[in-house]
Amino acid sequence: MNGVNWPGVWAIFHHEMTRFFRTIMQSLLSPVVSTVLYFVVFGAAIGGRIQSVEGVEYGAFIVPGLMMLTILQQSVSNASFGIYFPKFSGTIYEYLVSPVGWIEVTLGFVGAAAAKAVLIALVILLTSFFFVGVHILHPLWMLAFLVLTALGFSLLGFIIGLWAKSFEQLQIVPMMVITPLVFLGGAFYSADMLPPFWEGVAKLNPVLYLVSGFRWSFFGLADVPVGVSLVAVALMIAVCCAAIRWIFATGWRLRE
Amino acid sequence: MSAIIQIENLSKQYDSGTKALSDVSLDIHEGEIIALLGPNGAGKTTLISVICGLVVPTGGTVRVGGHDIRTDWRAARKLIGLVPQEIALEPFEKVINCVRFTRGLYGEAPDEAYVEQVLRSLALWDKRDAMTRELSGGMKRRVLIAKALSHRPKVLFLDEPTAGVDVALRREMWEVVDQLRREGVTIILTTHYLEEAEEMADRVGVINKGQLLLVRPTADLMGEFGKKTLTVELIEPLAAIPDALSDRGLRLSADGRSLAYEYDTRADRTGIARLLGDLAGQGIMVRDVSTRQSSLEEVFMTLVAEPRQEVTA
Repeated sequence: MNGVNWPGVWAIFHHEMTRFFRTIMQSLLSPVVSTVLYFVVFGAAIGGRIQSVEGVEYGAFIVPGLMMLTILQQSVSNASFGIYFPKFSGTIYEYLVSPVGWIEVTLGFVGAAAAKAVLIALVILLTSFFFVGVHILHPLWMLAFLVLTALGFSLLGFIIGLWAKSFEQLQIVPMMVITPLVFLGGAFYSADMLPPFWEGVAKLNPVLYLVSGFRWSFFGLADVPVGVSLVAVALMIAVCCAAIRWIFATGWRLRE
Repeated sequence: MSAIIQIENLSKQYDSGTKALSDVSLDIHEGEIIALLGPNGAGKTTLISVICGLVVPTGGTVRVGGHDIRTDWRAARKLIGLVPQEIALEPFEKVINCVRFTRGLYGEAPDEAYVEQVLRSLALWDKRDAMTRELSGGMKRRVLIAKALSHRPKVLFLDEPTAGVDVALRREMWEVVDQLRREGVTIILTTHYLEEAEEMADRVGVINKGQLLLVRPTADLMGEFGKKTLTVELIEPLAAIPDALSDRGLRLSADGRSLAYEYDTRADRTGIARLLGDLAGQGIMVRDVSTRQSSLEEVFMTLVAEPRQEVTA
């Protein structure tokens, strides 16, 4: 990418990551505790009644779903807060008057948000090893899905942060849209377990494709073809990038 | 001097219909300090915001160092540093990291020696590891200046730089600005402190209702619009102004010991010599005379009250 202000990208990325590491305990502890609770509730309590799903122990079956849940929530909240906070504090002016454009600002903020989310997801994976035996069939694909999904949802979070005019608005999309989509996207069950009508409805949920592809990288099992999952995440990244480019070109909610 | 900023027919109309700038044209020369004066809502901050990239103009062009701010914005913005009116800083960040961050945004490689130099010049070096939220208002404003200088800009915009700072700190700021001028930085400042413009600026631009009413060298403006007052101190107090001098517009002080005479420096004859002669003719003995130039504030009020369309860049 000729003409990209790479020191500018690094400055934003480094600044965001520094904030993350400044509060490393809170950043990591909270998701780890949540995950342990999920394992206790879903793995031990419900898993006691469901021995296995398509040959995979239920406790292990939900690991990709839990990681996906975390990566989606963390990506969206990190990226949306990352860009909203300068808007709130007034420091956004720096990004608008310096020689950084939509590419640099997006790479810096989204890159940092995705990196944090991936880091937390990997910590959760490590935590899960204490509870269940998880074998990853395609580790490279697992990482690829993890990174691509983190990027896709960090881009979405970035758009939410650009759009939001208040902290309430910042919270409402993750709470009302993202979390329900993840819970209904097969994080804790296979779409095959649903009645045919609801299985059809579930397949309208874009998150299902991400969870499915991710679970395939673990167990070789998928609700939808892996290629479709990849296309879904690539499509999401492309649409979000186009939206962000439009926002910066028009100055919507950024410039007067 | 060559123009480092060329503004041509610049206009800005907000969606609400408010016309913030109307057909503003101005050349700003390299190395000069220009002060933009105007009442609240005159368009000063909008003008700065358009040049810096915060506001999208609805018409006209701006070139900074020959680079168009819209088509060649990266090159144009690298030349600019902005100190905004509102204090906006990351509250949980150290002072030195704030400056490093801004330098990075401008695409500059780390340069600890230069960062130290900037912080020292603004008396911030001792506070380099303090969180910005721990600083006083004046200190925060200095951090904003340090950030704006972090990439060695050729043009520095100071939007109300001394608003809310105490007199001593204001003096310090003026010294910083003077130092920058000596280093060749072009400075554009908006201010409500007319004394500030009078003290620092090479030229003064007056904006009102989005129109640039005029731009003049500060000294010329003072000479052109400035009235002077001659104060004549008397040896013996007067009970009243003598009838022979009643048509001169003189004002007698309450204690009767001085006379004030206002005159126009642009007039062919100021009337001073005639006045002093007539005082002697009336047997009024003079102890001393002094003159006072009207302040830029008075000049500004005159201009805003009687807008002129002519602009001399």
